[in-house]
Amino acid sequence: MKFRRRAQQENAQQENAQQENQGAEPAIAGHYRVGDPIRDTKAPEGPIEDRWDKRRFSAKLVNPVNKRKLTVIVVGTGLAGGSAAATLGELGYKVKSFCYQDSPRRAHSIAAQGGINAAKNYRGDGDSVYRLFYDTVKGGDYRARESNVYRLAQVSVNIIDQAVAQGVPFAREYGGLLDTRSFGGTQVSRTFYARGQTGQQLLLGAYQALERQVAAGNVEVHTRHEMLELVISGGRARGIVVRDMVTGEIETHLADAVVLASGGYGNVFYLSTNAKGCNTTAIWRAHKKGAYFGNPCYTQIHPTCIPQSGDHQSKLTLMSESLRNDGRVWVPKRKGDNRAPGDIPEDERDYYLERIYPAFGNLVPRDIASRAAKNVCDEGRGVGPGGLGVYLDFADAIRRLGREAVEKKYGNLFEMYERITGENPYEVPMRIYPAVHYTMGGLWVDYDLQSSIPGLFVVGEANFSDHGANRLGASALMQGLADGYFVLPTTIGDYLAGAGSFGPVDEGDVAEARKAVQDKIDKLLSVNGNRTADSFHRELGRIMWDYCGMERTEESLRKALERIPELREEFWNNVKVPGDAEGLNQALERAGRVADFFELAELMCVDALHRTESCGGHFRAESQDQDGEALRDDEHFAYVAAWEWTPEGPVLHKEELNYEYVKMTQRSYK
Amino acid sequence: MNLTLKIWRQNGSSDKGRMVTYRVDDVSPDMSFLEMLDVLNERLILEGDDPVAFDHDCREGICGMCGMVINGVAHGEQKLTTTCQLHMRHFKDGDVITIEPWRAAAFPVVKDLVVDRSAFDRIIQAGGFISVPAGSAPEAHSVPVPKADADAAFDAATCIGCGACVAACPNGSASLFTAAKITHLSLLPQGQPERESRARAMVEQMDAEGFGGCTNTGECTAVCPKGIPFDTIAQMNADYLRAASK
Repeated sequence: MKFRRRAQQENAQQENAQQENQGAEPAIAGHYRVGDPIRDTKAPEGPIEDRWDKRRFSAKLVNPVNKRKLTVIVVGTGLAGGSAAATLGELGYKVKSFCYQDSPRRAHSIAAQGGINAAKNYRGDGDSVYRLFYDTVKGGDYRARESNVYRLAQVSVNIIDQAVAQGVPFAREYGGLLDTRSFGGTQVSRTFYARGQTGQQLLLGAYQALERQVAAGNVEVHTRHEMLELVISGGRARGIVVRDMVTGEIETHLADAVVLASGGYGNVFYLSTNAKGCNTTAIWRAHKKGAYFGNPCYTQIHPTCIPQSGDHQSKLTLMSESLRNDGRVWVPKRKGDNRAPGDIPEDERDYYLERIYPAFGNLVPRDIASRAAKNVCDEGRGVGPGGLGVYLDFADAIRRLGREAVEKKYGNLFEMYERITGENPYEVPMRIYPAVHYTMGGLWVDYDLQSSIPGLFVVGEANFSDHGANRLGASALMQGLADGYFVLPTTIGDYLAGAGSFGPVDEGDVAEARKAVQDKIDKLLSVNGNRTADSFHRELGRIMWDYCGMERTEESLRKALERIPELREEFWNNVKVPGDAEGLNQALERAGRVADFFELAELMCVDALHRTESCGGHFRAESQDQDGEALRDDEHFAYVAAWEWTPEGPVLHKEELNYEYVKMTQRSYK
Repeated sequence: MNLTLKIWRQNGSSDKGRMVTYRVDDVSPDMSFLEMLDVLNERLILEGDDPVAFDHDCREGICGMCGMVINGVAHGEQKLTTTCQLHMRHFKDGDVITIEPWRAAAFPVVKDLVVDRSAFDRIIQAGGFISVPAGSAPEAHSVPVPKADADAAFDAATCIGCGACVAACPNGSASLFTAAKITHLSLLPQGQPERESRARAMVEQMDAEGFGGCTNTGECTAVCPKGIPFDTIAQMNADYLRAASK
């Protein structure tokens, strides 16, 4: 993706020159160019606590009779998509919901373990909407939009009310009231949980609400359907092209607005904690049709995952961050200490998080905990196969609370660990290592969650909003449900109120989208080479992990930007996809997703290369302080990087971030 | 270790289907069962054969998408474990493993090991919910729930909807699945207003889908990867009777 278009080069050169004058790294010649900044995010002005109220009042309403005539497509049935589809159905819209799984209940939100944050302050420990807002902005390393984050904190309390009313069986105290626990990056206890299965229980709540709307005739659910293209007509998102994964049929579905809730793109790394089917295709297709992609390089590496056991590994499994409440992280003080953990005496252990970060200890944010684990392993003090692991030890907790209490809190997680590793964590400390878990980046959206394509809304992990450069634990569930239950149903109404003037969808636009889908499928099936799509995916993932993973350098990213196009070319010349396009063909599905991951991977590396600062989950080795902590460059990079796709290469649109309430400081958890 | 697999192959619901034998060599004990099948499929693709279709997604035992009958047992012999969480360390060199799809009248085979479980969604549609539109909920602490009730509700709510219970039942009954949801909601104060209508509607839908009746054999709970208690079925029957007697 090299930039060649002359017409707009002048502008870019000006910008580049400006940057050089300011002392920042010049734009990476040839890889992208700079376009116009984004000036309006549609966030209301005025005191931050009034903005959401203001927007709700200014948003146009659709009268109930008209709602029935309006169709909204929702792609994805996780917490964001499931709750959005259910709520839009409740409001009276005609909803068409799509998922690639055999049931909406399978979406990967189901695997979220630890909990959901809310500023209820039931503990009386000093929590408030403002504190949740503050913690989230700070945790995100000052790269999130203040107005959005404040709204998120405001509606967090409604989410808990909603979920309880739906019958979500949250953990309770003996008095019958809701229990909470602490999570990384905060000093209050605001995380509501349902054992280690909070995501499952919240998703089932949304799923049940969705199925209720199916029964009521307001929502149609299309399972085993994969979105492969967006239909744009008259400059608006008006539908999608999907493949029925059982019959192979290509179908077109039209609507008045399209909502993407298709989740994150962590599987670009091949190995991640995402479900095997998670993919970027829906948002990548939308990106190629004009939706800006925000901060693609912001990926979250979760510190507590089960280490890889061999080359056969198909995915990684997370161990909830909540374990860091009671587990203590350590490695041997001595390099290459091969003794069994029980044989290493207390004074020869390095509880490095407690040592380096005495204020937050084992509860530092995820990016910091992950990098610290990488550092001790790089020093040769890692444990387990290949030295790629650190201990998470519950011996103290079991002594202090008793085995039974520990079992009550974490029983299912301990069982899961034992099933995978064959080791009993009640007796031997767990071994953990960081793994790709979440992507803060995603399609750029304004305050209304509308992308740069009118009528295309993006919710949940699929959008870029709210978490800045690092997401705090238990905030993904909060954001997904805030978007789906409370934000989108209001803001989409403002857009749909104008539906009378949208006009019919142009048949040529539909034909073009369908042709793109058919051409790609035909091409994949015709290559008939010598390598499987999975083998390419694995190699792409390795490149991304090595060169665009926990630590990035200019050199590593340039290397990735050389290797990815080479590998992509090989893919299109040598991939082998068996069978045909009729009927169920899982290899064809996978190949299509891998093809899109290749293109996304390149944009991620360009974004990571251009952002020469370190912030949150994006750690540029060139930008660190004397203690090895991430060093931001607020003067040059306090903006959202929103990338536009063009055939000549990506164009960067900057959305400047203004902090009126939270003062930008270097994060400290010491 | 080297293994012999006998796998059910069926090309669509109208195909008769048959068992086909494959060899898989150099299987690592640390592989999951599905990773072992991945290895087989990679080879089949390169050899120009049709890879074995099977459902899977999260591969951490919670989405409920995977499921196959392994050596005659739904999800295999290891207790409380989904297929994706079953690891090869529980097998040994030279083993012959038979792999079949869920077999039940209400779960037609889509292809190979993939079956259609949409009947479960329709049972939930019939009443497996509490009617509370977004925004209408009261303050969460306005109704305390005794911890014991919340815990028991949770035990039932943990069902992943995989369908192993149906596959294991000699009658092809979906009683454990349906009872889990009925029990979850009827143990909570929030679930009371719709308790009877829910039980009646869900049981009727279960019957309409062609699932068999429960004859208390208990195979369902024995294979359930989440250990849904058998007595949830008693709860379902009690709620249904109460509704039916009115």
